[in-house]
Formats: sequence, structure tokens, C-alpha cells
Amino acid sequence: MDIIIPILILAIPLFMFIFLGLCGMKMSYKLAGTLGTLGMGTVLVLSYLTAFTYFFSGAPEFINAAGERLQYLVFDQTWLAFTEKLVIKLGFLLDPISAMMLVVITTISFMVHLYSMGYMRDHHGVYERGFQRFYAFLSLFTFSMLGLVVAPNIFQMYIFWELVGASSYLLIGFYYTKPSAVSASKKAFIVTRFADLGFLIGILTLSYYTGTFNFTELTSIPVEGMTNVFQVSGNTAEGVRSIFANSAAPVFMGGSVLTWALVLIFMGGMGKSAMMPLHIWLPDAMEGPTPVSALIHAATMVVAGVYLVARLFPLYLMEETSLVIITVVGALTALYAAMVACVQIDIKRVLAFSTISQIAFMMVSLGVARPEFHHGLGYMASMFHLFTHAMFKALLFLGAGALIHAVGSNDYTAMHGLRKHMPITHITFLIGCLAIAGIIPFAGFFSKDEILSSCNEYSWVAYLWMSLVAGMTAFYMFRLYYLIFWWKEHKVHEGHHAPHDQAWTMTLPLVLLAAISCVAGFIPFGNFVTWNGHAYDFMAHFNWSVATVSLVVALVGIGLATVMYRKENELPAKFRRALPTLWTWCYKRFYWDELYIFITHKIIFNCISRPLAWFDRHIIDGTMDAFATLTNKASEAIKPLQSGQIQMYVWYYLIGALAIGAIAVACLI
Amino acid sequence: MFSDTYILLYFVAIPLLMLAGVALCRNIRQIRTVAVIGSTALIALSVVVLLRYLNLRSGGDMSPMLFVNSWTWFEPLHINLAIGVDGISIAMLLLSSIILFTGSFASWTIEQPKEFFLWLILLSTGVFGFFISVDMFTMFMFYEVALIPMYLLIGVWGSGRKNYSAMKLTLMLMGGSAFLMLGLIGIYYHSAPAGSPLTWNILEIASYNAIPQNWQYFLFPMTFVGFGVLGAMFPFHTWSPDGHASAPTAVSMLHAGVLMKLGGYGCFRVAIYLMPFAAKELAWIFLILTGISVVYGAFCACVKTDLKYINAYSSVSHCGLVLFAILMLNTTAMTGAIMQMLSHGLMTALFFALIGMIYGRTHTREITQMGGMMQILPYLSVCYVIAGMASLGLPGLSGFVAEMTIFVGSFKAGMADYLAGAGSLRLVFTIIACCSIVITAVYILRVVGKLLLGPVQDEHHRQLTDATWWERTATATLILCVAAIGCFPDFFNNLINTTFSPAIFAVLGM
Repeated sequence: MDIIIPILILAIPLFMFIFLGLCGMKMSYKLAGTLGTLGMGTVLVLSYLTAFTYFFSGAPEFINAAGERLQYLVFDQTWLAFTEKLVIKLGFLLDPISAMMLVVITTISFMVHLYSMGYMRDHHGVYERGFQRFYAFLSLFTFSMLGLVVAPNIFQMYIFWELVGASSYLLIGFYYTKPSAVSASKKAFIVTRFADLGFLIGILTLSYYTGTFNFTELTSIPVEGMTNVFQVSGNTAEGVRSIFANSAAPVFMGGSVLTWALVLIFMGGMGKSAMMPLHIWLPDAMEGPTPVSALIHAATMVVAGVYLVARLFPLYLMEETSLVIITVVGALTALYAAMVACVQIDIKRVLAFSTISQIAFMMVSLGVARPEFHHGLGYMASMFHLFTHAMFKALLFLGAGALIHAVGSNDYTAMHGLRKHMPITHITFLIGCLAIAGIIPFAGFFSKDEILSSCNEYSWVAYLWMSLVAGMTAFYMFRLYYLIFWWKEHKVHEGHHAPHDQAWTMTLPLVLLAAISCVAGFIPFGNFVTWNGHAYDFMAHFNWSVATVSLVVALVGIGLATVMYRKENELPAKFRRALPTLWTWCYKRFYWDELYIFITHKIIFNCISRPLAWFDRHIIDGTMDAFATLTNKASEAIKPLQSGQIQMYVWYYLIGALAIGAIAVACLI
Repeated sequence: MFSDTYILLYFVAIPLLMLAGVALCRNIRQIRTVAVIGSTALIALSVVVLLRYLNLRSGGDMSPMLFVNSWTWFEPLHINLAIGVDGISIAMLLLSSIILFTGSFASWTIEQPKEFFLWLILLSTGVFGFFISVDMFTMFMFYEVALIPMYLLIGVWGSGRKNYSAMKLTLMLMGGSAFLMLGLIGIYYHSAPAGSPLTWNILEIASYNAIPQNWQYFLFPMTFVGFGVLGAMFPFHTWSPDGHASAPTAVSMLHAGVLMKLGGYGCFRVAIYLMPFAAKELAWIFLILTGISVVYGAFCACVKTDLKYINAYSSVSHCGLVLFAILMLNTTAMTGAIMQMLSHGLMTALFFALIGMIYGRTHTREITQMGGMMQILPYLSVCYVIAGMASLGLPGLSGFVAEMTIFVGSFKAGMADYLAGAGSLRLVFTIIACCSIVITAVYILRVVGKLLLGPVQDEHHRQLTDATWWERTATATLILCVAAIGCFPDFFNNLINTTFSPAIFAVLGM
């Protein structure tokens, strides 16, 4: 494998960020956008090339004689050496999941770069202010995300994890004059930062015990005699477990220390992947430009948590408890987000909650994956769903962006009946909805079916639970679809153009993503991505009864949505009146935001920070000032002694002399 | 001329020459020229020393300090002018010269430039002298030289309640010096084993390691608190918010950027290096105090509305982390502490420079009265965001590497204690200190959100002009340095690591 291509994959976006960041303001909008897009196009080609080489070249460094895919370390450069053994390296690890992520990230990123050329301008074709900055930030994000997925060690992942967080902050707050965007970006950063605190402590614990950050060493045992090539084999994380089990204090507060470490690391993943209760930033993050939502908050960054768990999956397998926690958190989040998505009226919020719900599907899938169930079907299903979801969710977001751009509002009560005006957007959006609802033969059907199959193997509760959520997914997506494209259209006001399909830069990505969403389900994913690198034909494990059930559930969801929302009618209002509490709680997102505001403002600001600041000024500083005041007072008090009056001095002299004389006399007697 | 024997003396000679030069200047242009040339020469000198040092080290010279030299000053009391540097001092010299350089640009249009620069350069003389000394007496002398000009610089060129602040700062630091002097004299009297002549030389004292343990119990707190006051250790930090708030820009920069580092440096060089026994035994007291500093400063910064107060409290938090890490008594954490000194010095100087520049335009530092500066002052605002990102620990900038090194080292110390059944104080406080990364994010983003983003608060601000070339020079230099540490930490890590040579660790028993 040539080293230059992986380096370029990382270097081009970084260079684009620095170049556009420094010189962007001096060049024309169009040039900046074109340069950014071309750079991204190059990275796309290089990444495809890399992934293709990895999966299909059959070279011995990528796949061994037994047909197992191997981890290949392209390069690994020391960045910071804490001790001789504990070293942070920056490197490029190629393995099934990182190669897959390279494809996902560059595809979506390229689509978004292209799309933004059309999106980031108004109806008269005038580019938005800060257009170059937008492309610079997009490049920064792409760089960080690529660095994250190719990380060969957990600390590099943490480094880029923080960088994606920062670029997400910058992009959410792109419209920085808008207070809501500013507070949304702040919220996103701080909530994920809080989660990263857990991640950091988890890393510290893990690295303290094992003395390494390296993923390969953590999840398997290095093959003797080879420096760069480690074999992927899942069952060797046992070494790590035994290190923990043999330590002086293997148990901490009822759980093993390894479980704690893994759960803390998962906490980082919960933050980035918006798992309950750390999900609250994601809906607000929709304040950013829609292409950003498609790239960061639907397809790539938010699945970083899933990716993290997948990376350390062999280690999670060592501790059943941690997987159960992942499953429970995922299942609760999936249901919660689906319930909320059913009643929201902002198109991007619906998609945001849908994203949360779908990521939770992936988490659950990882949580229920066990090697004994069909070669760890859940792992493969999770990655498969990550892949397909990235495609169709980016499609839905970009479609939503086209609608918002055409209508000028996020609120879909302002849309209605757009199917005639925007046929391309309509068809592609429908494909996206069908894909996410899980209708055969669209991509979501296959990946969701795999997830449900592995849930079924794990426990019937998980299976029923997730099937219910799948049905709700179909319902809320088609509710959204009908409200936007059906219903009676609004009258076009005098002097306004009717909404219409957008420029080619915006429709082309939609069409391409729709095409991928149609065919991605047929990719034999089991051949490429499995938890131990061992390829298998997953169609052989295809469970037709589960598939039928999930299809029926999806159709029921769609049917319900059709009945309730195809035309304007009384049913939704009736439903709302029948269950007012449930409706309000869903609409208010179960008051999580209010709870957070209470905690941050009332408790942290008013009960900790303010009293501390007061304490500092009045008690600590007051004490210091009191010393000074005391000194002043004391000197004021004795000042009259130095009055300068000779008579007084004579008196002092006489009194003193008499006193001394008296003492002398007393002593003599 | 640049022989190893005398090269360090130039660190004092150049500022003295600059003093003479400024005294002869007749207008502000000449003063600027002298200041810029002099500070550039100091940067060049630091780089030369750095390269020479690395060269010698790679040549296998593993003595604790290099370029060591000594001239007798006052024989009866064994006072020498003893000089020498190791990786830590070189890092600090480099930092000081960069801050002086940028500080000169930041005070480009100061009033009464001659007097201002005279005091500023005198202050720097003290700083440079302090960092090259290995003799405690000369060290203390230079320390005092660095402190006194502060009073005048704040009292004359300051703003707000400047007399009060100048007095408070000076008195509190002098109070610290009193402890320190007591401690140093105590060390002197126990510096050598019976029969050998007493000495002020740190290297000799360390190699004798003769201070009786019962005396260490007394002298360690004296010196640690004495230097700790300058390092803004809770509860002796209150000079910092008031002092910084009133000080003029360049003084804030030098003070937070360099002078506060004297505290951390001194704690390491004198308190811990010379009294390892007491350091081990008494670390817990100061761990609690500095651990409190870290989160306490951060929480206080969350509610302040004056930019300089916010930054001063943030310094309390960050400098607290320096002392905190030193007390972990392991290589990684101590390396992290020195990195944090460098990092904090650079980014806090950047912050104060930017605050000064914004204040010079808007004449207010209240974040409630400003807003939307990104639209009006894009250059300064972008710099502010970068400084903020460095402060909250964004990878690629200096804060991240320093904090991570500290956390890894402290966690190691904490876990080692915990697993050995030696209590979980270190571990608990490490986790508490880790929490500061979240609180830091809160106050930094709060300022960025209120000050730079959002709509323009005051329409009069729309007429403001963005940075001038000298302001750009100052900020760009600092940002480059911050990014250099953030991107290539291993260079600095190695530089500092070479210092923790076996000699020190033999003393510390690690």
C-alpha cells in the first residue's frame, strides 16, 4: 500500500482549511467553493481507491489465507511520548470499518460540498456572507472526521473527537449573528464536552491498567515478529480483562473496573451520538445550515459514538454488563426519539429526532451482538445500518434543505402540496422515506432487518421493542412526507415565485444519494465488515419471518400515517385531545431541555458559581483587605504618639524615666 | 563571545543594555526600536541557547544543569552569582523573551513611553535573572527586582482602582516574599552536612540533600507558600483579579504570562527539588489547596462580566493546575506542569493583549455592554476565538497537550496511590481537576458568545477599526507559538524531559 495516498487523504482537507481560512476572504466566493469542492472530490477519489484496494486487491497485508480481513497500519508517527511505553501516535489504520467509514465520510462530504454551492446563496444567486469560511470549516470537519476514523489508537481518536466537536461548534454557529444559533452551538459543545470528560477518564483508566492506547493491542494480541501488521481476532481482548481482574482493586462500587472504564468511554459516545440523556444538543444543532446538518448531524459525526463502540467491541464483549447498558440506553433513546419525532412541526427537528432514533438502533444492535449469534450479526448489522442510514438520512436532510431553500421556512405548516412544484425533490425525498421506513427493496429494509434479527436472537423484549420503534419510524416519516408534499398547497403571494426545484448542484446530490439508497441494501455487507474480519454470506442467515414482520410493521406505520395525514382532517386533533398529556410531553420533548436549564442555570450558576464568586470577593478577599485595614487602624491608633509636640515628648520622657526608676528601685529593694 | 561560559549572562546584559538605550532615547520611535531589537535579540539568544543545549544533551552530557558557572559575590555568606540552565529554564527563557517581544508591540502607543519601558525592561531583567540563577540568594534578588516595578507600572499606567490594586498586589506578593525569605534562609542554614561550608547553590544543596526532616516540615510550606502566592494559589490569589484588571496591557501580559510562572518554577526548583521528603509528606495539603484553585477559579470565572476578571480567574484555575501537577511528583505530571506554564503563559498573554486591544477601542471591558464584535473587529475576534480554543484545550493548540500530559501523569500517581492502598486523595482530586475542562468550556464559550457573536450591542461600536499592524504582529506571534506547541509537543516534551534527569529523581526517590 502506497503511503502517499493515505497521507493525501488527510492532508488535502487540512490544507484546504488553512488555505481557505487564511486566503479565503481575498478570493471570490465561487473560486473558494470550487476549490473546496475540487479538493473534496480528490479526497473522494483517493478514499474510494484506498477502500477498493483494501477490500478487493486481496493483497496478503489486507486479507490472510483463511479469508480474514486484517488491520493494516499504514503509518504511525510518535506525537507525544508520556513515557517510553505510553505514547500518543498519529497514524492511519486501515481495517474493514475504517475503510467503510472513509467511503461514507467522503461520499457525504463531497455531496455536501457540491450541494452547498447551490444552497448557500439566495434566490438571486447571491452567495451568503462567510461562504469561504463555510468551506474552510467544512474542510476542517472532514479532516477531523477522517482523522477520527483512521485512528489506530484511542488517544488519536480522542484528539480528533475534540476537533470534530469544535468544527461542529463552528458550523452550528455559522450564522453567528443569530442568538439562537450561538446558544445552540454553545450547548452542543458543552454537552459533548461533558460527555468527553467521561471518555477522558475512561481512556485514562484503560491506559493506566494496560499501558497502551493502541486499539489493536487493546482488542487483540500482536502477532510476534511483525511490527506493523496486527491480526484482527476478537477473542484476544481477554488479556486486557485479565490485567484488570488481576489488579489490586478489581472492583469499584459494585462493578468491575473494566466495566466502569468501558461505560465511561461509552459516555463519550453517548454525547457525540446523542444518546439519552445527553441528546439535547442535537435538535438544537439544527440551527446550523442544512448541509451541515446533513453532513455532521446525520451522517458522520453523530455516528462517531457507534464507531467508537464498534472499535472497542472485542473489549466490550469482555464485560457483559457494559453491553447491557449500551442496549438499554439505546433502546430507551430509540423509543423516546421516535415518540418525540411523531409530533414535532419543524422539519429539521423531526429529522434530528429520527437521527437520534436511528443511531440508537445501531447502538442497540451493537449491544445485542454476540459472537455466537450468526458470527456476531449485530455488529455487522450496526455497521450496515450506519452505512445505509448515512446515505438516506443525508438524502432526507439535503431534500429538506432544498424545501427550506425553496419555501424559506423550517416549519412544514408553511410547505404543503409541494409535490407538483418540486418533482425531483419529491421523488428523492419519497425514496429516502421508504428507505428509512424499511420497505423492500430500499437500503433501510436490509440493514434494519439485520438489526431486528439480531435483537430477536438476543431477547424477544428487545425484538418487540425495536419493531415497535421501526413502525413508529415509518409513521413519523410518512407523516412528514404527507404534510410537506400532499395537503392543499398555500396560495403563492403576489410577487413571489412558486417554489421550484433548485439548481443542479443541489439536485444532483439528491439524485445520486437516492440512487445509492435504492441499491445499497444489496451490498453483501457480511463479506466486508464483520466483527472479527471473517467474511460470511449474511443472506444465508437472513431470517424471512423477521423480514416479513418488519415489513408488515412498516406498512402499518405508513398506512396509519396515510389515514391521518394524507389529507387535512380531524384525526390528528382527535388523537391529541384523547391523549393530551402524552402529546404535550412528546411535543415538549419530555422537558429534558427545561431540566438541563434548571441544572445549569439554577444549580450550577446560581448555587455554585455565584456563591463562590461572592465568597471569593467578600470572605477571602475580605480577609486580605481586613489585614490591610487592621494595619491602617493600628497605625492610626498609635499615630498621636508621634505628635511632634515637644511638651508631649517631655511628658513621655518623664513618665518613662520615672517608670524605669521605679522598676529599678523595686528591683533593688 | 558566545562561549558556553558567558552565554547566559547575556540574558541579563541585553535587558540592561536596553535600559541604557531607552534612557538615551528621545522619542517614542526610538524607544520602540530599542524594545523590538532588544527583545528580538533575546528571542534569538534563547533559541541559540536552546539549540546549544540540545546539542550538548544529545552529545551525552547528562549533568543536571548546563552552562553552569559561578562567581563569588560575598564570600563570608557564601553568596555567589551562580548561573546554569536546564530544559525547564530554557523553556521559561524562551517564553519570557517571546512575551517581552509581543508585549513591546502591545504597548506601541503607550503614554509616557520612556518611563513605562524603563520599568518594564527592569522587570524583565529580574525575570531573566531569576530563570538563569541557581544560587538562591541571587534568585531571590532577581525575584524582588521583578516584583517592585509592578507597583509603579500598575499605579501609574493602570486603569480603574489602580492605586488600590497596585498596593494590594505588591503587599500580597511581598507578604509571600517574607515567607520565602524565611524559608530560603532556613534552607541556607541547613544546606550542607556538618563540616562542609554552607551554600546557597541549589545544585549543591540538592546533591548534599542534608536538610533535616523536621526542618523540612517547616521550610517546605514556607517556600511553597512563598512562591505559591505568586502562582495564585488558593487562598492567596486575590491579588490576581484586581491586579490584572487594573494593569495596563503589556503588564498584564508579562505578569500573567511570565511572572506567575516564577511561582510555579520556584515551587519546583526550590521547594520540591530541595526538600523531597517534605514534598512527599506534605503534598496532600497543597494538593487540596491547588485542586480547589483549579475548579474554584473556573467557577468564579463563569459569573464574572469583566473580561480581565474572567481571565484572571481563568489564570487562577490554570496556574492552579501547574502547582497541582508539580505536587503529583512524577515525571509525566511535572512535564505537563512545565508545558502548562508555557502554554498558559502564551495564551494568557494573548488573551490580555486582545482584551487590551478591545478595551482600547470600546473603552469598556464589560461583556454585557459589548456584542457582535465578530462583525466589527473580525481579526481580533478570530484571535480571541483561537485563544479561547487554546484555553479550553482544543487539540492542535497548546492547552490540550499540557492538560493531557498533566491528567495522564496525575491519574497515574492517583491510581498508584489507590491501588497501593495509600488513599484516594490524588485520584479524587485528579478527577475533580479533570472536571475543569468542562467548566473552562462554559466560561470561554460564554464570553465568545456574548462578546464576539450575536448581534451588535452598541451601535457606536460599528465605527471601530480592526487591528493595526503592530497589534497583528503581537497576536500572530503568540498564536504561532501556541500552535507550535500544540502541533509538535514532543519537541517541548523532550526538552523538558531531559531535565528530569536521574539526578533529580534520585533526590525525589522516584
